[in-house]
Amino acid sequence: MAYSDKVVDHYNNPRNVGSLDKKDPNVGTGLVGAPECGDVMKLQIRINPETQVIEDAKFKTFGCGSAIASSSLATEWLKGRSVNEALAIKNTAIVKELNLPPVKIHCSVLAEDAIKAAVRDYQHKQPAVEEKAEEAAVNG
Amino acid sequence: MALKLPIYMDYHATTPCDPRVFEAMRPYFTETFGNAASRNHQFGWEAEEAVENARKQVAELIGASSKEIVFTSGATESDNLALKGVADMYYERGDHIITAVTEHKAILDTCKKLEKRGFKVTYLPVGCDGLITPDDVRNAITDKTILVSIMMANNEIGVIQPIAEIGKVCKERGVLFHTDATQAIGKIPFNANALNVDLASFSAHKIYGPKGVGGLYVRRKNPRVMLVPMIDGGGHERGMRSGTLNVTGIVGLGKACEIAKEEMPSENERVFQLREKLRTGIMDEIPDVYVNGHPTQRLPGNLNVSFAYVEGESLLMGINDIAVSSGSACTSASLEPSYVLKALGVGEELAHSSIRFGLGRFNTEEEVDYTIGRVNEAVNRLRELSPLWEMVQEGVDLSKVQWAGE
Repeated sequence: MAYSDKVVDHYNNPRNVGSLDKKDPNVGTGLVGAPECGDVMKLQIRINPETQVIEDAKFKTFGCGSAIASSSLATEWLKGRSVNEALAIKNTAIVKELNLPPVKIHCSVLAEDAIKAAVRDYQHKQPAVEEKAEEAAVNG
Repeated sequence: MALKLPIYMDYHATTPCDPRVFEAMRPYFTETFGNAASRNHQFGWEAEEAVENARKQVAELIGASSKEIVFTSGATESDNLALKGVADMYYERGDHIITAVTEHKAILDTCKKLEKRGFKVTYLPVGCDGLITPDDVRNAITDKTILVSIMMANNEIGVIQPIAEIGKVCKERGVLFHTDATQAIGKIPFNANALNVDLASFSAHKIYGPKGVGGLYVRRKNPRVMLVPMIDGGGHERGMRSGTLNVTGIVGLGKACEIAKEEMPSENERVFQLREKLRTGIMDEIPDVYVNGHPTQRLPGNLNVSFAYVEGESLLMGINDIAVSSGSACTSASLEPSYVLKALGVGEELAHSSIRFGLGRFNTEEEVDYTIGRVNEAVNRLRELSPLWEMVQEGVDLSKVQWAGE
């Protein structure tokens, strides 16, 4: 199978490889896929609590070249976006950008799942915020 | 001499035609082009002579007589002819066939077809070394068994089955024994009588001959094996395989066998040394690399290894100037990892991480050195990219993780 130039570029020069401190309350971590399926993605985002904007994004991926490229691209797109904008990223946009063939669409789905899992993890870490908000609502 | 890229290290898939084979074939394209079945003129006689000479060259390599060689289009056809031909000829005697789960698809899919037609097939499991034992075969034989088909050397992991002992069991029980010897004949010693083999499939392009030609050894004495042909027509090849003979290809197959017979001992030693250099060059440098299949009872040129925490296809991309293949699902159309590795009990994770190196006649030490460097560099880079590697370094037991994707 021939890979698109963009997949090859992300594979050779992956953007934002690495890890953020998963204990940091402002970091959300998404770990999706399974080794038996041949794909595992770890995607992390750090959110500015004031602005709710994603300041940093990192990934590590066990998977084929298309999986590596999909997660690399996702981290590029995440930086500078709000949490809601991040949740709006669809796998079809990744497919289009990387020119993924049909057999590799699952790689883009996994990247979308990883984004959602990272956001969910971040939100779970904010009970205090939610409680405060609830309190404010009750008191108000 | 400068290293020429890309490097070919996939000799189980196919081999380049040896220049000596090509030279032997050359006149039969344009000058000596006759039909070997033309009995009444010079052109036909010359073609027939060339075919009979090749038949002798093949027979001499495998310890057979010329009359026991049937030329076909390749090993897949030979496998089909052996299994279907025996099934159709001996169905009144019994309806049971024994084979193994790690066989090539040419055997497995043929068996599935025969099952649809009412035959019963036993698929023997293999041990974690990829081998079956003669006792496995002995215990599976019933009074309805007409054929046992066990490959000699596996195309993925290169392990060599105990063919002589299995042949002995079959002979004792009066059951015909076929072996798919596509990866073995021309690569390791093969003698049909010493191995108690009744039928054996082989192919030219795996042994430095051309594609599109192969053969089936069919025993003529003790016992005399009969086959119902699959292809009907002019009654070529003693009625077992009709169709105008591929004279040029057959000449190439014969020459390839002649060279193999002559050079096998020295070539095997050289290829084995290269394989061991590659294996130690990788495994001494990188942790968590596992050899798939029996460590020593395997083809000299085969190295099938799993690089834990690195996915096979991404590794192939990282060593894209070296032609090898992977058991990873991502490289196959089915999206399933290698069924051979799964049959060994290799976890799916490690099956996804496997690479098959196939070394052969034209590989050099320089190429092996280059490959070691490239592989080690790519594995290290991909492990830095691997969340699994990171988790293991942090002390996480991956088997205890609840994966979200499951």
